[in-house]
Amino acid sequence: MKIRVKVERRETPISTPHLDIFELDVDETANVISVLMEIRKNPVTVDGRKVSPVVFECSCLEEVCGACTMNINNKARQACSALVKDLGREIFLAPLRKFPIIRDLVVDRRKIFAGLRRIKGWIPIDGTHGMGPGPKVSEKIQRIGYKLSRCMSCGVCMESCPQVNDRSNFIGPAVIAQALLFNLHPTGAMIKEDRYEALMEEGGIGECGNAQNCVKSCPKQLPLTYSIGKLNRDTLIYSIKKLLES
Amino acid sequence: MNKNCDIIVVGGGLAGLMATIVACENNLKVKLFTLLPAKRSHSVCAQGGINASLNIKGEGDSPDKHFYETIYGGDFLANQPPVKEMCYNAPEIVYLLDRMGVMFNRTPEGFLDFRRFGGTKYHRTAFAGATTGQQILYALDEQVRRYEYHGLVEKYTGWEFLRAVIDEEGYARGIVAGNINSLDIEVFPADAVIMATGGCGMIFGKSTNSAICTGSPNAILFQQGVKYANGEFIQVHPTAIAGNDKLRLISESVRGEGGRIWTYKDGKPWYFLEEKYPAYGNLVPRDIASREIFHVCVDLGLGIDGKNQVYLDVTHLDEEFLEYKLGGVLEIYEKFMGENPKKVPMRVFPAVHYTMGGLWVDYNQMTNIKGLFAAGECEYQYHGANRLGANSLLSCIHGGMVAGKKVFEYVQSLSKCSDDVSTDVYQQHKQVVVAKFEQYKKMEGKENPYKLHQELGETMTENVTVVRHNKKLAQTIDKLKEFRERFKNIDVLDKSGNANYSLFFVNQLWGMIELAMVITKGALLRNESRGSHYKPEFPNRDDANFLKTTIATYAVDEPQISYEDVDVSLIKPVLRKYD
Repeated sequence: MKIRVKVERRETPISTPHLDIFELDVDETANVISVLMEIRKNPVTVDGRKVSPVVFECSCLEEVCGACTMNINNKARQACSALVKDLGREIFLAPLRKFPIIRDLVVDRRKIFAGLRRIKGWIPIDGTHGMGPGPKVSEKIQRIGYKLSRCMSCGVCMESCPQVNDRSNFIGPAVIAQALLFNLHPTGAMIKEDRYEALMEEGGIGECGNAQNCVKSCPKQLPLTYSIGKLNRDTLIYSIKKLLES
Repeated sequence: MNKNCDIIVVGGGLAGLMATIVACENNLKVKLFTLLPAKRSHSVCAQGGINASLNIKGEGDSPDKHFYETIYGGDFLANQPPVKEMCYNAPEIVYLLDRMGVMFNRTPEGFLDFRRFGGTKYHRTAFAGATTGQQILYALDEQVRRYEYHGLVEKYTGWEFLRAVIDEEGYARGIVAGNINSLDIEVFPADAVIMATGGCGMIFGKSTNSAICTGSPNAILFQQGVKYANGEFIQVHPTAIAGNDKLRLISESVRGEGGRIWTYKDGKPWYFLEEKYPAYGNLVPRDIASREIFHVCVDLGLGIDGKNQVYLDVTHLDEEFLEYKLGGVLEIYEKFMGENPKKVPMRVFPAVHYTMGGLWVDYNQMTNIKGLFAAGECEYQYHGANRLGANSLLSCIHGGMVAGKKVFEYVQSLSKCSDDVSTDVYQQHKQVVVAKFEQYKKMEGKENPYKLHQELGETMTENVTVVRHNKKLAQTIDKLKEFRERFKNIDVLDKSGNANYSLFFVNQLWGMIELAMVITKGALLRNESRGSHYKPEFPNRDDANFLKTTIATYAVDEPQISYEDVDVSLIKPVLRKYD
């Protein structure tokens, strides 16, 4: 199958973007990553220019690591699970728009990890020495927790969220869902107040505009709007209690 | 030592993160170097689970049985004391992960649930759906984030390891690393270094490994004089699905939960593993299952549709059960193959999966360079000639724990710290790397590095995987020498001073060719069959000559191979069979 791939490129973060167009023959099992790999083996554009290989991030290639997230035909998703046969013969690749550009399709997603630090996204264990089993967790909590714990920090939910933009510092749906995950765990809940405080700061949960794009776009179907709703209530109850106790 | 010691950990997978956590608990400050954010490390791909003999199903399982089966499964090539220690530590490791909040599957009463895996008849594998590696990786990443928050960990994300700093007295004193985005090459002093950089599946082009698993750090250290052990032992996993970019793993847990392997013979389904190995059936160890599938497809020509593929079938199992236990892996199959495995049997074939060999380490996880430690898939210690399923997550975490403890003892014992080492030493090491990269930047030859890599992968996959012949191995060594020559004529493809990933790939490719040489030479000289290493010319295990660890040391033309006795002091070697 002959396909035409249009790639939005920038050599540096401040370069003006330009388009390079490649044409190549692929079989029906091709995905966007294998297309980019083919281009690397012969980086010549449709007008015969030899260019540098398109720069992109990838790692697991089975949609569990989140590295290869980009805009594919104007939809943010992982390039490894984007099959050419579903995309058609014209493919347009561009970097994520809500994160600083590094080069071509590579962006800097450090703010997601900074968010996880901010909400204290961890279980405060005493140490790694042998202390026997953890607290019992019911199968019901495990099922919700497991869904939340599949977040790859890929950035798709932030890309699709209108509240994540140049004028806001919204922490984003993924990080809020992780706060719920840690609050669900009996030990994690011991510092849930810290998480509420973090979420009530500027750029926290109050920034959510309830557009609900996140839950539709998440490649791992995380219950993102459920998590935001739940924490909205939890933080409200927490702040009322805090007010009454002060 | 009275100053605060700094150590470096290279690698953000399970082993590197666990080593970091334990080092921090001992109040060491850690600089953590990773290519990508830790959440994107290859540990994320592990699916099925982690072994620990907690005997929750009341079957009479015990760490001693786990120990025996690991040694037996590895065809007696592993030194036994560290394996014993690992198996006895496994229950506490699983409890620790449970305390860290890993969302393991539960029994109705709320206890940890366990499933079966290859090479054992016990339910010994704790699991979180079919994305256990991901869940455990995240839990450790979160603990490291906590130490980062408290100022004990400094992360260097997007920095690639390029050289160890080894001083005149032979002590590791830091590393040279390059930033893949700014292209800065810097030297980082430290009192000790822990390598946790994973396996080298990319040498085979397409494998189940992540794109970052090039083994480049191991190749660099090998050339710096670090011994490399059991290189020829490469695990080929029996069940993967084909792709243009990689071969995707379909977890052994699919068979652990009841999945069956079959193909057609004389027009009827033929469950060849169950027929030939009635005791273990579909759960024979991976080396055996891969050889049988290879035999059925290649020698007998009985692959499905005449291709190299057999069925892995779960269509007889309940859909709700499949979703809860195996959802993550069945989703991968459906996404990439476009068929629902709950309705239609999956088509699978063996693929390169795990590097049993690696940096030689002692029982303290230290290489032959003082102060240079290694843990996880990048070292050789726990799996002998074949790794049992669900022992990899265990060995990564256990090895990381040991390394984290031992590195503390080591820095305590040092009489001189990294600050006392002359700056000239650091600058010299940095200069070696800078000069090498300046050279790469000028390369404008005719060879495309990505095409050369493809050829390397095809050559290695064809000649140095499931079935090995001495004639072909010797030819492969010549071919690798030819690749070395062609490497000199490479085109670096990219002149940019920003995020020039081709430049780093060229360096990785050089390393892959060197490690391919170690793997192939080790395979050529080992004239026996043991675990994953199978030679039809020498179909039996030969303990008299080869109950030995292969040790490769660097030499310009070909690696030098010597052998070291295996410590079999705890379990007497016996013939390994599963029928």
